[in-house]
Amino acid sequence: MELTVLGQPAQPASQGGCSSSGCGGSSDQLSHLPEHIRAKVHNHPCYSEDAHHHFARMHVAVAPACNIQCHYCNRKYDCANESRPGVVSELLTPDQAVKKVMAVAANIPQMTVLGIAGPGDPLANPERTFETFRQLTEKAPDIKLCVSTNGLSLPAQVDELCKHNIDHVTITINCVDPEVGAKIYPWIFWNNRRIKGRKGARILIEQQQKGLQMLTERGILVKVNSVMIPGVNDQHLEEVSKVVKAKGAFLHNVMPLIAEAEHGTFYGVMGQRGPTHDELQALQDKCAGDMNMMRHCRQCRADAVGMLGEDRGDEFTMDKVEAMDIDYEEAMVKRAAYQADIEKKLEQQQLEQQKKAKGNFVSLESLGVKKQPRPVLMAVATTGGGVINQHFGHAKEFLIYEASATDVRFIGHRKVELYCAGGDTCGDGESVLAKIIRTLDGCEAVLCSKIGYEPWEQLEESGIQPNGEHAMEPIEDAVAAVYAEMLEKGLAEKPVRQPLQASA
Amino acid sequence: MAYEIIETCVNCWACEPLCPSNAISLPPIGASAERSFFRIDAQKCTECEGDFADAQCASICPIEGAILNSFGEMANPPGSLTGIPPERMAEAMAEMQAR
Repeated sequence: MELTVLGQPAQPASQGGCSSSGCGGSSDQLSHLPEHIRAKVHNHPCYSEDAHHHFARMHVAVAPACNIQCHYCNRKYDCANESRPGVVSELLTPDQAVKKVMAVAANIPQMTVLGIAGPGDPLANPERTFETFRQLTEKAPDIKLCVSTNGLSLPAQVDELCKHNIDHVTITINCVDPEVGAKIYPWIFWNNRRIKGRKGARILIEQQQKGLQMLTERGILVKVNSVMIPGVNDQHLEEVSKVVKAKGAFLHNVMPLIAEAEHGTFYGVMGQRGPTHDELQALQDKCAGDMNMMRHCRQCRADAVGMLGEDRGDEFTMDKVEAMDIDYEEAMVKRAAYQADIEKKLEQQQLEQQKKAKGNFVSLESLGVKKQPRPVLMAVATTGGGVINQHFGHAKEFLIYEASATDVRFIGHRKVELYCAGGDTCGDGESVLAKIIRTLDGCEAVLCSKIGYEPWEQLEESGIQPNGEHAMEPIEDAVAAVYAEMLEKGLAEKPVRQPLQASA
Repeated sequence: MAYEIIETCVNCWACEPLCPSNAISLPPIGASAERSFFRIDAQKCTECEGDFADAQCASICPIEGAILNSFGEMANPPGSLTGIPPERMAEAMAEMQAR
C-alpha cells in the first residue's frame, strides 16, 4: 500500500525557531526529520507527540511466547488493574484479533494504528503475528501496522516483516555492552539452548544491532525503546542512544523502570528502584543531544485500546466484540472522513499558531524583566485534542510542560493513579489528593478546565498554583500565557525550590 | 521416560512448536476444570533424545517448576530462571501479606 501524504506541514522541516505547537518537545522529536518520515508518523500516536493528542492505537495480544527473560518482566502476571507492557487479560487467536481490530476501528474513528507487542515477543510467535498482519492488510488497509520486539529473532524475520506492509518497528534495546546486559537478561533461548548470563546477553545485543541495521537499510522506520534502570544501565544509555542513532534508528524512547514487589519481577522483588521524574528527564535531555527523543510514551499493556492516556480494553472483550453488529466498509469510510477532519483542524491550528507566534512568547523588555528568567514546570489536565479540557479531579494523569523564555516544551506525563487500584494492599493512609500533590512535585502551576475548592487550597499551600482560566485553549498557548503572567509578577525569575533543568 | 508439564503452566505456547515429537498440546477445558494447560503425551515424549542436546520444552519454559523430568524433579527449580533467591521471594511474599 502506498502511503498518502496527508496535510503537508505548514513549515519546512529544517526551519529553526519556535513558532507553533511543533516547538519544544515536539520539535525535539519530529521537526528535523526528513519529509518522508514525517509523512509516515504524523498521525501515529506512539511516534508523534502531536499525534498522540488526536489519534488512537490498539495492541492485540496474539503473541504469548517469549524467547528471552528480562528482569523487569514476570511471565505469570495477568491483572486487570495493571497497566504495563507484558500484561494482558485475554490471549487472542489471529482470527479473533482481526475481528477485534475491525470492531475497535469501527467504534473509535481516531484509530490509525495496530500494534503487536506481546504479551511475549511477537517475533517469537511468527505464525500468529504474521497471520494477523496478513489478514489486516487485506481487510483494513488504512490501518498502520507495527510491531515491537526484543530483537533476538529480528534478523531471521526481517524479510517476512517486509512482506507485510509494516513500516514501523520498535526494538527494545537496553544496552550495547554484555556486562550490562547480564544484569538485565538472565537468559535467552537461542539455537535450541537456554543460554545464561553474559554469553546470552552478547548474542541478544548482536542480533538487536544486526536487526536494527537490516531494517533501516530496507527503509523501515525503527524506534528504539530503552528501560532506564538506575545503577544498572542509566549511565550506559547515552552510549546506547549514540549507537542506535548511528545505525539509523529515528527515535529513542527512554522509559522508566516499573518495579514493585507485587509484580513478582526480579527487580520488583529484589528492591531495585525506578528512576525519579528528575532522573528520567535529565537522562532524556542528555540523550536528546544525539537523538530524537520521545517523551509521551505511556508504557501501555499488550492489549491496550484507545488514546494513549486511556485504556478502553474493557469495552472490547471478545464476548462483546462477537456480539457487535458492524458494517466494516461503512466504518472505514467514516473513519477516513473523521481523520481527514482532524488533519484539517490540525493544519489550521498550525497556521494560526504560526501567525500569532511572535506574540506567544514573551518579550522580556516589554515586561520590564531585568533578572534572568528561569524555566518553570507546569502540569496540564487534558482528555486529548491538544487542549486543556479536563477537570482536575477527573485527571488520571497530567502532562508536564516546561515553559521558558524561548519556548514551551512537552517533557513527559505523570500518572496519578497507583498501578494497582486494589484496596487492601495499597492503603497507606495517604489521601488521594496528597498523592496527586506529591506526583506534581516540581511543578509550579496546574492548568485544568475546572477545580474544586479543597484541592485548590491544598495545591496553593504546596506551592502549586491552580489555574482554570484557560479551559478549551490549546495547551502550549495556555502554558505560554501563564508563564508570561508569572514573569510579569516576578515569579519566574529566580529559583523558588531547587534550580530546575534549563532547556537547551 | 518422559517430561511432564504441571498446572503452574501459564499457557504461553513457547514449548509447543519446539517439540520434535509433537508431544505437546493444549487439551480442551474439561467439564469440571476451570482452565486447561499444556500437557506432554508421555507416549510420544522422547526427552528430545537424538534430536537435541537439551529437552526443548524445559529449555524455553519461563516458569520455574512447571516442567518435571522423568524423575519427577523440577527441570527448572526455584531461582534458576528468574535469578530471585527463593529465600528472598519468600520474604517478599511475607512482607506483602503483612501489609
